[in-house]
Amino acid sequence: MRHLLGIEGLSREEILRLLDTAEAMLEISQREVKRVPTLRGKTIVNLFLEPSTRTRVSFEIAAKRLSADAINLQASGSSLSKKETLADMASNLEAMNVDLLVVRDRTAGVPKMLADRVRIPVVNAGDGAHEHPTQALLDALTLRQSFGSLEGRVVAIVGDIAHSRVARSDLLVFSALGAEVRVAGPPTMIPPGIEALGVKPYFSLEDALAGADAVVVLRIQQERLEGALFPGEREYAQNWSLTRRTLALAKPEAAVLHPGPINRGVEIASEVADAEPSRILDQVTNGVAVRMAVLYQLTGSEQ
Amino acid sequence: MSREARSEPAAEARPNSASVPSSPSPAAAARVVLDATGIQRALMRVAHEILERDVLPEKLVLIAVAQGGIPVAELLAERLREIAEIEVPLGTLDVTLYRDDVIASGRRPIPSPTRIPVSVTGRSVVLVEDVVFTGRTVRAAMDAVIDFGRPAEIRVATLVDRGHRELPIRVDFVGKNIPTARNQTVLLQRNSAGQLEVVVQ
Repeated sequence: MRHLLGIEGLSREEILRLLDTAEAMLEISQREVKRVPTLRGKTIVNLFLEPSTRTRVSFEIAAKRLSADAINLQASGSSLSKKETLADMASNLEAMNVDLLVVRDRTAGVPKMLADRVRIPVVNAGDGAHEHPTQALLDALTLRQSFGSLEGRVVAIVGDIAHSRVARSDLLVFSALGAEVRVAGPPTMIPPGIEALGVKPYFSLEDALAGADAVVVLRIQQERLEGALFPGEREYAQNWSLTRRTLALAKPEAAVLHPGPINRGVEIASEVADAEPSRILDQVTNGVAVRMAVLYQLTGSEQ
Repeated sequence: MSREARSEPAAEARPNSASVPSSPSPAAAARVVLDATGIQRALMRVAHEILERDVLPEKLVLIAVAQGGIPVAELLAERLREIAEIEVPLGTLDVTLYRDDVIASGRRPIPSPTRIPVSVTGRSVVLVEDVVFTGRTVRAAMDAVIDFGRPAEIRVATLVDRGHRELPIRVDFVGKNIPTARNQTVLLQRNSAGQLEVVVQ
């Protein structure tokens, strides 16, 4: 593996390798000195061209816990605001002997375009509605901690499946690890033909949750929606919000995941987000470990 | 098994697997230099030597350097229990992320989890290895231990010292010195009867 552009194209072995590595990384964050010298002298640039707090901070912490130098760039204040093309900017970073590029962009395919252009490894930190592989890996790690293995487990992904890169990466990684994946949401948010990816669409929250081992609740992203796919937050909440009542349809102790940031009272009720089966903060902890694993496996790698 | 025992750098780690390979590699003819009885005898002596030093037994902690040091440290803890009736805390340390060759080699072994059950601060840490060779693993292990706190002292115990140091590293407690050629491999393994043995090939 040279780049991490998506879950698509990763073998089951490559996924397990990253998860196993992440498991060993978890303990580092609990030490008195939260840093190992592995990537000492390596430079990692986090190019975040779309607003992000959690993912950017998570990548930065991951790089620093491995002793790499992490540099964060945003669109505003960078030469991109002087109309430099992204590809030129990446070539310039490469000419400064940067060792790895982490890219977040609102357009699908940007990390792939850069990976074709530069010789250093590129990690996709979320591109448009395409993929968000490190989020999917941390979700898989979180579920593996709950169940030991995803084999045969039923995972329901609820929300705007059509516009969610998390949904896409999640369903690819959960399927690769042997889980039965259900996707659920209003018909406008379920892409036609999704069955081809080996998942089953549901148009009722109750049906999707019945007997599920885990629920991934997606964020309703007003900022990414151009037209109105749903009449309003309140109506969405009425039909699709994960509440104590709807969660009761899933298996007892079903794991609740959410990629954050959460819209309380819209896609998830506070009583669910903050209570026991919620693994939302474990996901954040696991995110750092997964990103450490990715940076460790890719930085300076010859393969 | 011990990464130091191999001639190539950064051997593949095997997380969650038995810490000792179960059958000899079919490559070169392997010569047994230490059988199960020899190993027990050597570790009995090492245990006595550890206790003869004027260290408070309750300050001791054994830290096995994964993977090869794990069975050695377990046997050593048993001997200490027999001789002095003390329960010495036993930790496991994976040094993959501290190695000086892991990034340069291009290979990325999966680290196994590190577990140190007590704070090392103020304690007498005994790092336990199966085979000490170049000294690079010991160097990495010392750096790692210091990231967990400030021990009163760090000592090194090994089942086998095969020489060929590349760093100024001294081993405090040696089960057996085994002269080797640089290109040989020294392995702690389990034979077909499931018994530990050290072979040179």
